[in-house]
Amino acid sequence: MDQETRGTVEVDARGLSCPIPVIRVKDAISRNPGATIEVLIEDQETEENVTRLADGLGLAVSKPDPASHHLLLSPKQAG
Amino acid sequence: MKRDLYWVVAAGGILGVVALALVELGNPPNMGFCLACFDRDIAGAIGLFNWNLPLGYVRPEIVGIVLGSMLTAMAFREFGPKGGSSPALRFMLGMFMMIGALVFLGCPTRLVLRLGGGDLNAVVALAGFVLGIAGGVYYLRRGYNLGRTQGTGWLDGLVLPAFLAVLLLLLVFQMQFVEGGPILTQAKAFVGGPNSPIPLAAGISISLAGGLLVGFLGQRSRLCFAGGFRDIFVMRSGHLFWGIFVLLVVMVIGNLALGNFHLGFDGQPIAHADHLWNFFGMALVGLCATLLGGCPFRQLILAGNGNTDSAMTVIGMLAGAAFAHNFMLASKVGEGATVYGKAAVLGGLALVLLVAILNRRK
Repeated sequence: MDQETRGTVEVDARGLSCPIPVIRVKDAISRNPGATIEVLIEDQETEENVTRLADGLGLAVSKPDPASHHLLLSPKQAG
Repeated sequence: MKRDLYWVVAAGGILGVVALALVELGNPPNMGFCLACFDRDIAGAIGLFNWNLPLGYVRPEIVGIVLGSMLTAMAFREFGPKGGSSPALRFMLGMFMMIGALVFLGCPTRLVLRLGGGDLNAVVALAGFVLGIAGGVYYLRRGYNLGRTQGTGWLDGLVLPAFLAVLLLLLVFQMQFVEGGPILTQAKAFVGGPNSPIPLAAGISISLAGGLLVGFLGQRSRLCFAGGFRDIFVMRSGHLFWGIFVLLVVMVIGNLALGNFHLGFDGQPIAHADHLWNFFGMALVGLCATLLGGCPFRQLILAGNGNTDSAMTVIGMLAGAAFAHNFMLASKVGEGATVYGKAAVLGGLALVLLVAILNRRK
């Protein structure tokens, strides 16, 4: 219930061809409900695809480092 | 509507307008674009199959798509040479993707163009294509992948675009190296020649311009004809499917307006009504495209982005075209699949399924 204690799960999507990053992120989300998912990404297209997946699932998307394509997906705060 | 979606819709719509225009200007009916047939024509132009077959032309559309994608990727700082994800298997999958397409007589893009011209054989093929994609997704979900790519040097990413650019120059200068040998000449002298099943082609500059425009749009939109269906299965996203849908609508309206819409199975241009093999041919294409991460159109765009795995796929497609025409695997227009073509499709499905099964890894 406390999302903080669920920790962060890392998915390394670098160098994987389409749509494998999306499948791996989806797997990680369903296996770790409530966790924050950190996705390591190296190209623009994968960033767009993972963002689209997260939007569809109602997750908040943030970019820890604007210089890279890495994404953090976290459950939206209630309210 | 999100900006991403604008690009997909624009790509589908403008691809349709360009395809209609190219047919009006001389390209074969329902073949404004065919990434399998046009790759095959390039294979013929460089003599990879029997010179006596009247199929050979360095299609400027293909050169334009790859160069357009490359220039766009460079302009948007997305050109990133990378590769090394099972290149030999990708070559083989590209080969079988081409063989499946030449049994149906069209790549997934031409499948939509044929649908838009009222060719109902494409409906049968579409069912096979979607089944092939569903099969690919089944293995993707079970951990199938061909391994990670690594970054390579910029020169590696330029090989295929440069090769195509050289071929285009040879076409422009109408080179013929051997008497009676492969001819790199204007289409009308060869593609539209006597006994050619392919009637003519639009001029070089207009074909090149159309290719460049479509290459730009393909790079920006990430449009993929396998991805359109695959993403519905994988993530319930109709994002890429919109591009296919808009293309179909533009083709139906355009063909109706130009008097090129003929609903039916029989007598369709550069097609056959051998339903079973239209179905299985495109099932093979759908399966290969899903395991490769993109349809023939998308592979050309990715090759332009510097993806050398996609470049290997395109070269595999050229080899597939050579096999298809040297060994009578390609279907006969108006007749149907050959016995060798049927065997190649069934053998291809078995081999490609084996690739899918043996490449599952977490």
